[in-house]
Parts: sequence; C-alpha cells; structure tokens
Amino acid sequence: MNKGTLRQILLITDGCSNHGEDPVAIAALAREKGIAINVIGILSQNEAYGEHGLKEVEDIAMSGGGVSQIVYATQLAQTVKMVTQKAMTQTIHGMINKELTQILGDEQQMEDLPPEKRGQVMEVVDEIGETVNLEVLILVDISASMDDKLPTVQESLIDLSISLNSRTGNNQFSIYAFPGKKQSIEKLQDWTPQLDTLAKTFKKISTGGITPTGPALKEALGLFSDKRSKRKLLGDYDEYVEESGS
Amino acid sequence: MMNTSKNQEVNVPIGSIISGKWNQKQYLILRELGSGATGTVYLAKYDQSKVAVKVSRDTLSITSEVNVLKHLSKVQGKTLGPSFIEMDDWVTSSGTVPFYVMEYVQGESLFVFMRQRKDEWFGILLLQLLGDLAELHNAGWVFGDLKPDNLLISGPPPKIRWLDVGGTTMVGRAVKEYTEFFDRGFWGMGSRRAEPSYDLFAVGMIIMNYAYPKRFDKKEGGWTQLKKLIDRNRILGKYRPILYKVFHGQYQNAIDMRQDLLELYSGKSAAKTTNTPTGKPAAQAYQQSQSGRAGRTQQKKIKKRRHFMETVLIFIFLFVFYVVYLMGQTL
Ligand SMILES: Nc1ncnc2c1ncn2[C@@H]1O[C@H](COP(=O)(O)OP(=O)(O)OP(=O)(O)O)[C@@H](O)[C@H]1O
Repeated sequence: MNKGTLRQILLITDGCSNHGEDPVAIAALAREKGIAINVIGILSQNEAYGEHGLKEVEDIAMSGGGVSQIVYATQLAQTVKMVTQKAMTQTIHGMINKELTQILGDEQQMEDLPPEKRGQVMEVVDEIGETVNLEVLILVDISASMDDKLPTVQESLIDLSISLNSRTGNNQFSIYAFPGKKQSIEKLQDWTPQLDTLAKTFKKISTGGITPTGPALKEALGLFSDKRSKRKLLGDYDEYVEESGS
Repeated sequence: MMNTSKNQEVNVPIGSIISGKWNQKQYLILRELGSGATGTVYLAKYDQSKVAVKVSRDTLSITSEVNVLKHLSKVQGKTLGPSFIEMDDWVTSSGTVPFYVMEYVQGESLFVFMRQRKDEWFGILLLQLLGDLAELHNAGWVFGDLKPDNLLISGPPPKIRWLDVGGTTMVGRAVKEYTEFFDRGFWGMGSRRAEPSYDLFAVGMIIMNYAYPKRFDKKEGGWTQLKKLIDRNRILGKYRPILYKVFHGQYQNAIDMRQDLLELYSGKSAAKTTNTPTGKPAAQAYQQSQSGRAGRTQQKKIKKRRHFMETVLIFIFLFVFYVVYLMGQTL
C-alpha cells in the first residue's frame, strides 16, 4: 500500500536574504504545491536572540506552512529533529482538520471535539506520523559566516536521519547548499534513504556576501518527485478519519 | 519552540480556578510544579485532595500524552506513571486552553533523594525502576525520555515513580521525546526505535550520571568514550560488566538486567559477560533477539522460578536496608 508522502524543505541559515526573489513569496508558492517549509536560524555565540534577522525566519516558515526556530549551534541537533517532526504533525493535523470540517460541517475542527474523541483522532495523527513516507530537502546556507557552523550542521543532519529512520515510514533526504558556484544551489547529496556519512562534506565557499534565499528555495521546489501527492495520503486514511470523527 | 501557529505558554496565576467546559469540574491552582517543552504543570486542589494539572496550548501533544496516560492506567495493577484523572477544556477570555488532571506524585527527584542517602539506596531504586520498566515493556510501551529529573522518590517507604510520559512510545515506533545524554542515538550506539533495550541504555546512562553528577560532553562518542569514563571512575568499577552489556544492547529485557544487578548487590560474582572488543552494536543484537523468539517459551518456566527467588532476595534486601534507614533516622 502506498502510504502517501509528506514533503518538506528544511532551510538552515544564519542571515537575511539579500538577493533575488522574496523568500516569503516563494514559501507561499511552496505551500500551494503541498511542500512545507521549515526554517532554522542559527545564532553566533556572541549574538543575542533579538539581534538576529528573526523576522524573516519566522515569516518564511509561517508563509510556507512550516515551523521555525532560532537557536545557537549547540542546540542544532535536537532542534532539527523537533522542527521536522512538529511540522509533520502540523501538516497531518491540518489535513485531518479539513476532513473533519467536511464530515462534521460547521467549521468543526479537532479542537472542538470532546476530549475522548479528540484522543481517538490524535491516535490517527500519531499513526500517520509514524508510517507516512517523508521527503526532506535540506537547504544549507554556506555563505562565509556559516563556515564554522557547518560541521555541527552536518552532525545534526546525521542525527535527524537516525530519528526519522527509527520510524516505520520510508524517508528520502537530499542536501543542497546555497549559494552555489554557478547555479543558485548546489547538490551535496542526491536523494538517499539514510544520511550516515555525508559523501561530500560542505565545501567552504566564500562568496561575496550574497544570500539568495529566495532563488535557492525556488530552485529547490523543482527537486521533488512529482508522482506522489498529499491528496493520496488523505485518500488512504479517509476511513480512519470518518470512524473517529463521527 | 517558535511554533508559527501559536504561542504555547499559558501562565495561570496562583489562586485561579480552572474549570472544565465538558465535565464542569473546578480546580484551585495552588502553585507551579514545573514547566517544560509542552506546557506547565500546577499543583491544584479538587474537593479536598491535591492533584496535578497540566496546562498547554499545544492540543496535539497534550492529547497524545493523555492517550499514553490512559493506556498506562489500563495496565495499572502496578502504578506506572501518575494515574490519569480527566481531560477537559478551560474557556478563558484569551481562548480555549486544554488541560488534563492526574495524580499528584509527591517526592524528591532521584539525585536529590540520593544526596542524603547511602549508595545502597541507589541500587534498590534501580531494582525498582527495572521492575517497573519490565511491566511497562510487557504492556507494549517504552518510556523513552528516561532521566533522573523524570524520576521521583515518593514514600516512605521510598518508592520510585516516574513522571512526564511525553516520551512514552508504543513498542516498534520511533521514540517521541528524549534527552540527548540518555539517548543511545546521540551516543551513536543504536537507533531511536522504541524497544526495551532503548530504555535500558538510558538506565545505564543514569548510572553514569550518578557517578558523574555534572554529566559529560560527547567527544568521540560511542563505547570508546564511555569505556574510558567507566574505567576512570571508582563508583563505576563494580558496574562495569553490566554497563558493558547494556551499552552493547545485550540485555533483551529489563528483568535480565535487574537480575545481574541483584547478583551484583548480593555480592555474588558479577555478571558474566563476553567482554570481547568486538561487541555487537545494539541494532544488531536486537535483530538477533527477534529471530531468537521461538526459544522463548521454553525459558518461561525457568524464569518463573528465578522470579520467585528474586522476589525473596529483594525482600530481604529491602528489609535490611530499611532497618538501616530507620536507624539512620532515629539517631
Ligand atoms: N503528576 C505530577 N506530580 C508531581 N509533579 C509533577 C507531576 N507531573 C509533572 N510534575 C512536575 O512538573 C515538571 C514539568 O512537567 P513535565 O515534565 O510533564 O512537563 P514537560 O513539558 O513534558 O517537560 P519536559 O520538557 O521535561 O518534557 C516535572 O519536572 C515535575 O517536577
């Protein structure tokens, strides 16, 4: 049985975009295509929370239907995992709410159900989260200021792979860096079910300080397989949802 | 966590009354017990009894936790985790806030308790913990986020209890929540699939944490680093064979590890272990255990008898230590 596939882009950056299309607009486009965009903003050790270009990190995720978080590099591993899983749950929850509204009418959502029924719906959400297939494209900002953080980024991606591969569902990961030498993004790792050792480590590319987040996101959108869609996922779980919702 | 949809923090002032929209029960908030990633837990009064109330805007994770608590209540011949009382919604001027009510577990956290106690107590509590874990695992669950902060000692008589079932996961699924130091995935020593050996690894790390109260950072990780730390520490010397086995995923269930500990504390020869440098990584050992399931039924009878002996032994031990404890109190 095809369980359907959730698709996410995980953007890891430490700065604001300053080149090309507006990343917030591209994120909205991604959402329309059924791809959630999560953003992790990395702070430097001497940087306080407020100083960061926090707003854009949040805006991109919000517009892309994903989750965002600003952290110091040391917390990266746990954050990457949390953000990815939270976004999965959020997406599944969103889809289930849509179904519930259709079944129950009146803009009824999971939150409106009595606690018992809510528990049953949540079991379905958990179940889908465990078994659904997941495609994550990781997009890493490798502009000069990210240099010293890249080993940590790499480690936390391997850690993410350990977490997700402990699920029943299948995973596909790919890693791209931006800005690339010639194109807006550069492939570091093609789609693979497991990130144990990253074949190509992040290369140190010192660029002239441009951060083309928008163009990078746009290019990344084209890199997902088009065969499977979110619709399919819902189809599979329709029965569950009806049972627990009525 | 900067969830883009909502802010999860709910601050309930002391003296407020939380009332449920569905069940119409009212809870008077006495004080905050603690807060974590998913919400805040308050001590509250209902009728004349004290209860713990967890409040959070994150409907999803709170609902998930309630599901776990309910499942645990069902296998509650033994009390595993705080018992579940009810879940409801509290309608406030700033929106509806889901909450759930559970038993208030009174006690000190593991290491606070140990501060004024002799080492023996640590052993007793580990034995209790492993006994409870065995029950949990038999019921098809894995604790997940096992760490000293989530273990309370209630009593007297001292009894280990666990809190925060946020990480409790059905066997076979991916562990929902964990803390890096106690997580075998973090140390590069196995997967995050919920299986008994996942929790047992964390028990091993609790022992490490007992010997290294400030914990330690990951350097090279893996057995190489843990081994050095074990060899260097006086307290850990006697645990070495057990730690070796647990970190290599060689215990298939909590009872086996408990048995080895019991023998250790009884002063018998320590656990026999194949202490070869080429120990199997946890994942591999797990697969072998899967394929070796057929032979298990035969072992059952032997286990039962062993279980009886164990019970007798632990009884004697508890008694002896309890006497020592009482004497300590009256002096
Ligand atoms: N039933 C209970 N009885 C007594 N104290 C409790 C109870 N439940 C929780 N607490 C206290 O409240 C604190 C926070 O609760 P809990 O750990 O469940 O929240 P959390 O959001 O899941 O935290 P974490 O980030 O550690 O997962 C606990 O550390 C504990 O001290």
